Amino acid sequence: MQVDAKLAQNLFKLDKQAHIAIDQRICATLCTRRACIAVCPADLYEINDRGQVVVNWEGCLECGACMICCDNGALSWHYPRGGYGVQYRLS
Amino acid sequence: MEKVECIVVGGGLAGLSAGYGLASAGREVMVLERGDYAGAKNVTGGRLYLSPLRAIYPELWAEAPFERPVARELVSMVGDGAQTTIEIASQSFSEPVPQSYTVLRARLDQWLAERASDKGAMVLPNMKVDALLREAGPDGSGRVIGIRAGEDEIGADVVVIAEGVLGLLSSSAGLRAVPKAAHHALGFKEVIELPSEVIEDRWHLNPGEGAAQLFIGALTKDMMGGGFIYTNKESISLGLVIGMEQLRSRRDDLESWQLLDEFKQLPSVRPLLAGGTVLEYSAHAIAEGGIDQVPQLLGDGYLLVGDVAGLSLNALLTVRGMDFAIASGYHAARTVVRALEDKDTSAAGLADYESRLRNSFVLRDLETSRAIPMLMENPRLFSHYPDAVCRLLAELYTVGPQPTGKLSGRILRAARRDFISVATLKDLWSFRKI
Repeated sequence: MQVDAKLAQNLFKLDKQAHIAIDQRICATLCTRRACIAVCPADLYEINDRGQVVVNWEGCLECGACMICCDNGALSWHYPRGGYGVQYRLS
Repeated sequence: MEKVECIVVGGGLAGLSAGYGLASAGREVMVLERGDYAGAKNVTGGRLYLSPLRAIYPELWAEAPFERPVARELVSMVGDGAQTTIEIASQSFSEPVPQSYTVLRARLDQWLAERASDKGAMVLPNMKVDALLREAGPDGSGRVIGIRAGEDEIGADVVVIAEGVLGLLSSSAGLRAVPKAAHHALGFKEVIELPSEVIEDRWHLNPGEGAAQLFIGALTKDMMGGGFIYTNKESISLGLVIGMEQLRSRRDDLESWQLLDEFKQLPSVRPLLAGGTVLEYSAHAIAEGGIDQVPQLLGDGYLLVGDVAGLSLNALLTVRGMDFAIASGYHAARTVVRALEDKDTSAAGLADYESRLRNSFVLRDLETSRAIPMLMENPRLFSHYPDAVCRLLAELYTVGPQPTGKLSGRILRAARRDFISVATLKDLWSFRKI
């Protein structure tokens, strides 16, 4: 089953502002292993056609794995504002 | 700045337990939860060990919205093309009362929030705390005096920090270290809807009873961790726990989410899920550093409870955290009640919290399991041994066109090949510590 289809089952309350920001300078120059792509269980990180890592933060499950695993502090990661982001109904 | 007696940051089980305890003792307490409701941001594998908690808040548990009492424990070793499952069904799991229950957090946490509100706690959803306020002191190490949430600042005699495993607030305030990959695992799971009778048929359960099935071996591709299935009333929770350090250090292009798909496709797992519909997909970090990673538990004006205090324990066969969360919230509440009566909420006035945890199962069980996190770094535990057990048993059960030979000879041959080696002896020597 595609991750997208699974995420579509979740209840998300989308904020207008992103809660994850990538410092492209750090990411492009210091990072060699792109841990964010490997760890994110929601498959939100990808490399765009300019070779930059980008994140589709809207589907974030808020586990924090990318932040913990990022080697060089390229990620600025916060929880979404109160009442926004994923709202688990079961889990 | 407005002021209340106690602020609890986070409405998960630890925070709500503290809130319930404080409100029950008549103290003024505000529980701030960033989700739409308590439990909206929480994930469990899920099973709660209730036995350690029955003496804590004994009035609470009869009405709790648990899913199923766990009557059957299964451990599946997954090898290359073979699987071995051990089933343990013991009266001691259920009698005189069930020792553990499967749970879903959105239900459990909302229920506990209601109980805390009944006692007079103000449980406020949609309130994300942005910072802990500290009194100016030398090197910024002053007393915690309240919180900031957006534009609002609220003061408190005591702040109970129950913000969860990531500890963003406490680490930026310098109260604990930033979480490291080496000490954390990624847990992620699906909740899959299945009719109650189907669940009972597939896991051989009496009506209403539940099963917990753990998987160890090839499914994590040599990485620390394993899979799990917990049966809920009308759904199952199926997921994986994988060490973050191993996950981020792989040299192939493996992505975490792919492992879950492969897990579901195992020949022994797929039939268990047939006809099921995915209802939700969730993920959470898990602290697995053991007692060595438990930070300083208290200071002037604050206490750490639950996951943010590193109070969780993966002992391979038993995985605990929610019982530690509720117990730490309880002990925090008892401590704070006393400190408020004595009008001393400094570190000295709150020191009893740590002694209480040291005398309770929380830090005792973490202490006796001190060696486990180090042991779990041994990749042979997650690859070689499950595979070797499966290979040995599969061989013993195989009848081919050729004469099979003596059973004892076949066992010895397999033992020499897979179990008698310097590496195994070393592993055995390290296992003595657990």
